[in-house]
Amino acid sequence: MAKKKLAVWKFASCDGCQLSLLDCEEELLELANQVDIAYFLEASSKISDGPYDISLVEGSISNEQAKNHIKKIRKMSKFVITIGACATSGGIQALRNFKDVNDFISIVYAKPKYIDTLANSTAISDHIKVDFELRGCPINKKQLIEVLSSFINKKKPNISTHSVCNECKLRQNVCVMVAHNTPCLGPVTNAGCGAICPSYNRGCYGCYGPKETPNTKALSKEFKNLNMSDKNIARIYHTFNNQSEGFKEEGEDYEK
Amino acid sequence: MKNKSSKTRTIKVDYLARVEGEGALYIKIADGIVKDVNLKIFEAPRFFEALLQGRDFTEAPDITSRICGICPVAYLMSACHAMEDICKVQIPTELRNLRRLIYCGEWIKSHSLHIFMLNLPDLLGFDDAIGMAQQHPDVVKNGLRLKKIGNTLMELVGGRDIHPINVKVGGFYKAPTASELNDLVPELKKCLDLAINALDFFSKLNYFDYEEDYEFVALSHPEEYPFNEGDLISNKGLNFNISEFDKYFIEEHVPHSTALHTYLKDRGECFVGPLARYALNFEKLTPKAKKAAKKINILGQCNNPSKGILIRTIEVIFALEEALHIINSYKQAESCILVKPTAGVGYGCTEAPRGICFHKYEIDDSGNILYANIVPPTAINQKTIEKDIRNIVYNLVKTNPNIKDKELQSYSEQLIRSYDPCISCSTHFLDLTVDRQ
Repeated sequence: MAKKKLAVWKFASCDGCQLSLLDCEEELLELANQVDIAYFLEASSKISDGPYDISLVEGSISNEQAKNHIKKIRKMSKFVITIGACATSGGIQALRNFKDVNDFISIVYAKPKYIDTLANSTAISDHIKVDFELRGCPINKKQLIEVLSSFINKKKPNISTHSVCNECKLRQNVCVMVAHNTPCLGPVTNAGCGAICPSYNRGCYGCYGPKETPNTKALSKEFKNLNMSDKNIARIYHTFNNQSEGFKEEGEDYEK
Repeated sequence: MKNKSSKTRTIKVDYLARVEGEGALYIKIADGIVKDVNLKIFEAPRFFEALLQGRDFTEAPDITSRICGICPVAYLMSACHAMEDICKVQIPTELRNLRRLIYCGEWIKSHSLHIFMLNLPDLLGFDDAIGMAQQHPDVVKNGLRLKKIGNTLMELVGGRDIHPINVKVGGFYKAPTASELNDLVPELKKCLDLAINALDFFSKLNYFDYEEDYEFVALSHPEEYPFNEGDLISNKGLNFNISEFDKYFIEEHVPHSTALHTYLKDRGECFVGPLARYALNFEKLTPKAKKAAKKINILGQCNNPSKGILIRTIEVIFALEEALHIINSYKQAESCILVKPTAGVGYGCTEAPRGICFHKYEIDDSGNILYANIVPPTAINQKTIEKDIRNIVYNLVKTNPNIKDKELQSYSEQLIRSYDPCISCSTHFLDLTVDRQ
């Protein structure tokens, strides 16, 4: 069987999710035995032309050029897998979607005419069909290996859709919200990180985005009981996954 | 020697490989003379300084860490220090040491990534570390092992290696126990030997012969090789407090880059990062790092950017030794101190793997961020890199006007890589255009 061809693409992002692939250390050399790393600029100057079997896409779509580029990537790829919060929901830079982008440009840049940007930063799936979305800010490298090996071996990736709370229970953490009144997004956030924050005495801050059907209303009520201000409730939902269904609306309800 | 051909030659490499982030290089050659070199950075802007306005001061570390997945600790640290500067709190020694420890992890990880996976393949003639692993399996294996101990340090102290979660204004959410840290000692010691051997190996490789009389800028601390604090100094007489950053540096918006070019007022471009730290703080290196430097005969200063890999390796040796020192004297204490917001302006400047990372904020009494300004190291180095490449390519084309575009391209790419530019930080895209007239 010919090796599957893998490509890794980058749009507006911090590089952290594709770095997770390089962070796989031991698994990386093993992976290179199983797939042909055909296009991965951060790691290699060897470039093979498409079509590709699997395209991993990091980053959000935030300028005109990217809008065209992602369509070409779709045409060249059998499977498109997005990696990380930027690619799956627009990322932290999508906070501009709530504001006027021209104000943002003038705050940062002296000469706005040099800047090519769209008013909104959007997820890859707003532009093309995506075959699998791996969440996280950043993604978990073990989950990345699971997804890659699943697509290589034609099976369904075993990626849990339950909340961070389940991971806390598995780690036998004491609930930070119940025991220490620390606001925690764990009940409405998708698992994947291994509940690191509560394990470090910190409330979850939502890196993996909303779980399926998150009950944000009930959680916000609890936050109010902990004397959290409306502003801080809006802020906690509006960070790295501020455009995700559930977090976006709940944050907007407490905005202003 | 002039090539009289009036043809315009255009070489275009759309994306430069093995750099963190994406950028482009544009070279214009007219009549066999290099006229213009632009290092283009045109990654879509992400507007961090704008989106921070109106956020809480405690959110700045986690939000700015998302500027760069390769050096998140630099952003976490500079943001924390700036907020603590505004609120006038002093971090106790134990927490200060823990901050140095997580910074050791980031330097080891980031430097090892660049040394073994991005830079070394050029020196040994491979496309990537995976190809290199076929012929030099031990070199790659040891490189990955060094990178891993960096990751492990960040994971233990920071909770995870990319975008650590355990850092906050005032300290940490949870302080590791002494025994957790002690468990890392055997591997740190082993890695120290590996790094010393790697330096020996690298010192025997061939490097491009180019030296420049740089103005190096780095933090300087009275007792330590700098991570988190100190004044900014240069080898040409500058010495100022980080709060005076705006007085000395100018940020300029140029058409070919979404990263703002930053340079010294009335003095021009300067150079930050490993070479600068090394030139200005050599005496403060740990004993084994100094000994290793002496052995390969690079004492005190290195003005050849292509030898950056040697200085990075010396800094890896330093960071491993420093981590062992910190762990050896570590006593677990309170994980953080309380920081109450007070209205004001504050500054943070720490040494990211690629050089100084400067943050300035203004907050109000309730802790709302009113203003943010962030200057990443590659924004400062961009002008220097452009100038060096202009000189080097100029000489190459002058001595060999018929040099093939492909050769020139591959050469320029290797040169840019040797600087370890972090374009993600500054923003993105490297494509090379050679325009010959």
